[in-house]
Amino acid sequence: MKISISKIIIFIFIIFSLFIFWQGLKKNNSYDTKSLIGSRISNFELIEINNDDQYISEKDLKKNKFTLINFFASWCSPCRAEHKYLLNLSGKNKKIKIIGINFKDKKKNANNFLKELGNPYNFVGRDLKGRNSILFGIYGIPESILVDNNLIIIKKIVGPIDETQYDEILQLIK
Amino acid sequence: MLSSIGNILVILVLTLSFLIIYNASLDIKFSSQSIKKNIYKLSLFQTTFTVLSFFTLIIGFVISDFSLINVYENSHTAKPFFYKVAGTWGNHEGSLLLWVNILVIFSYLFLVFNHIHDKKFRLYTLIVQNILILGFLFFLLLNSNPFNSIYPIPLEGLGLNPILQDPALAIHPPLLYVGFVGCSIFFSAAMASLLSGYGGKIFAQSIKTWVKISWCFQTLGIIVGSIWAYYELGWGGFWFWDPVENASLLPWFAITALMHSLIVLEKRNTLYSWVIILCLLTFILSVTGTFLVRSGILNSVHTFASDPSRGIYILLFLSLMIFSSLIIFFTKYKKETYNFNLKSRETFILVNNWFMAFFLLTVLIGMLYPIFLDVLTNVKISVGPPFFNIVIIPLVVPFLFFMAIGPKFGWVKSRNKFFYKFFFLILGAVIINILIFYFFGKYSFLSNLIFIAAIFLILQSCIDVKKIINNKNKFELPRVISHLGFGLLVFFIGVNYQFSLEEDFNLKVGEIKKINNYEVNFQDIKIKDNKNYKAVIGIFKLTNFKNNLVQYLEPEIRIYSNPETLTYEAAIKTKITSDLYLTMSNVSRSDYYNIKFQNKPFMICIWISALMISLGGFVQLTLKKNED
Repeated sequence: MKISISKIIIFIFIIFSLFIFWQGLKKNNSYDTKSLIGSRISNFELIEINNDDQYISEKDLKKNKFTLINFFASWCSPCRAEHKYLLNLSGKNKKIKIIGINFKDKKKNANNFLKELGNPYNFVGRDLKGRNSILFGIYGIPESILVDNNLIIIKKIVGPIDETQYDEILQLIK
Repeated sequence: MLSSIGNILVILVLTLSFLIIYNASLDIKFSSQSIKKNIYKLSLFQTTFTVLSFFTLIIGFVISDFSLINVYENSHTAKPFFYKVAGTWGNHEGSLLLWVNILVIFSYLFLVFNHIHDKKFRLYTLIVQNILILGFLFFLLLNSNPFNSIYPIPLEGLGLNPILQDPALAIHPPLLYVGFVGCSIFFSAAMASLLSGYGGKIFAQSIKTWVKISWCFQTLGIIVGSIWAYYELGWGGFWFWDPVENASLLPWFAITALMHSLIVLEKRNTLYSWVIILCLLTFILSVTGTFLVRSGILNSVHTFASDPSRGIYILLFLSLMIFSSLIIFFTKYKKETYNFNLKSRETFILVNNWFMAFFLLTVLIGMLYPIFLDVLTNVKISVGPPFFNIVIIPLVVPFLFFMAIGPKFGWVKSRNKFFYKFFFLILGAVIINILIFYFFGKYSFLSNLIFIAAIFLILQSCIDVKKIINNKNKFELPRVISHLGFGLLVFFIGVNYQFSLEEDFNLKVGEIKKINNYEVNFQDIKIKDNKNYKAVIGIFKLTNFKNNLVQYLEPEIRIYSNPETLTYEAAIKTKITSDLYLTMSNVSRSDYYNIKFQNKPFMICIWISALMISLGGFVQLTLKKNED
């Protein structure tokens, strides 16, 4: 085999790609956020959906014993299915505060959604383009993250909250 | 019990692989003309045992033998029979066994059906193919064994994800596997051709049927997947440029280019090295796609619980495959000189290949870039429809033109005689486009060009069909069907994109909503118990005032028990001219339901024209048989 520049370039490109794949494996589950349990939330800042001047950050979360961060959208049908559990949580339990993050939605639709179904959230933040949610490792909604007052993630729910998960949340915040 | 049977069968297949490689390497040195009988026998045994092992797993699923972890994790006694069977390949381990099955079956068929070809070439193919089989068998046994048992035996299984319980999805994986794994055989043949020096025209003849088979199944598999996404996911679309869809497109571009270049190799005995590259590339891209999807680097419904050790194994295997094929290729590579006339069919086939290469690169970059960026800089982005639409759609215009013109040229050299015909056809296409534009609505300049190009290809193909009927020259038929299908596909997608109607609103029983010339009347709701789910069915009366047509649509909300999941089934009324599409979802603590209403023109035509593309390939396969 004669060695030429084009061959070297091809080999370098392939080795580089395979190396990236290998590194990608180590980072595995970059989108599977179950591995996030136990890790700490940082650089957290959310702007209120209707009011640009009002925002919430890490400091505010530290005041709550537990915080459930819930990602929702008016266009998402399963979000409607889980809504009653969120309402139950916010009504019954004083230890937990619920923060809603409105994901890739229109402001008007989101407000109508909450007007119609009731608002379980202590604060509704906006993420109209879905940028912040990516930082949380969200790949589909609904998803919810339960954090304690040290901002450590203690539970992560992918998909709508159901009866069992609702009970688990109650157990965790006892 | 089934666990031991399955394991024994798989180990037998493994042993036979070693025996075949050993015997074939011995036989290569013999100067006799024919391959030894015992190699045929070993290969036949290997095929039988592989198929039996797959049947063992199917039986495990059918009788719900939960002593197999695989059955426990992916099945349930209350599942309908059909989905119990489909569950066999609806998970990582089972689908890997199917993968091995196809490798083995193709290996045997290639050995048997290519008896007129060179002995050394066939034996090398067999050896390379069996090395691939060994690689996947070790992976299966060490990492993803579907026959692993569990004790104590669970009483009930965990069930199959309800969105996978769909007829389209039951046949989608086997089709794609035949399509993608089938490529292994011409990967092996290309390696064998390099090793044995059996190249050129005869090499093209030996693999062309296999390329066509793989192409047909790949095309069909991708279409069925798309149909599933449309009917089951309920998003109202059929192609999302999702990374996994892209992963399936990459080998398809390569194999489509290969199928065309192969004709040049067969007729003109040139482009040999390029054909070899495409043979190798197609299977390498198939395995790369599998790696990206199965390792969890790309996330989607196709990611059965991801597992890093699985990824490392496939990656290792992939690297070995790429490096050994590259090294062999570069060692054996001989420079070819091409002598193509500009106005010849082979030049146009090369043009097809440039386009395919361009589409392949675009999709590859769109797919890999986010992964690279994530690994190197921790920045997460997603490359979506805007990128692909901007880069690919403008190129579709010249692509359609070349697709219509190319086949009109003869081999080697043609004269200019038909340019005036093209001129009239283009004029016809422009007029039709203006009529559509004038009567149905406005659209952009680029869309105008797309419509003109698509109509031109359709007209040209229709003329070809007429010629075929007059001349009874059926050998052009497959090409015309596929090209016509593609022209229609682009045309209908364009129409569908331009003239869709979509509306989102809330209704409760007894209420009426008016949209343009439609009236949606929510009449009633009923509840039905099915074997594995409960359904809430909405009854909607839909009136179209334009033609005073009344239709009833019944979208469902399904509540599955194992695992407990809600799914939303769209009610779709299909007509040739348009699809009416209605989904409903419940709104808690309220009598209201959220309704999504869509009127999508020519959906059925999109499916039919896509199916025509693959039909062309199947027609060619049957023609081939008659010819022999």
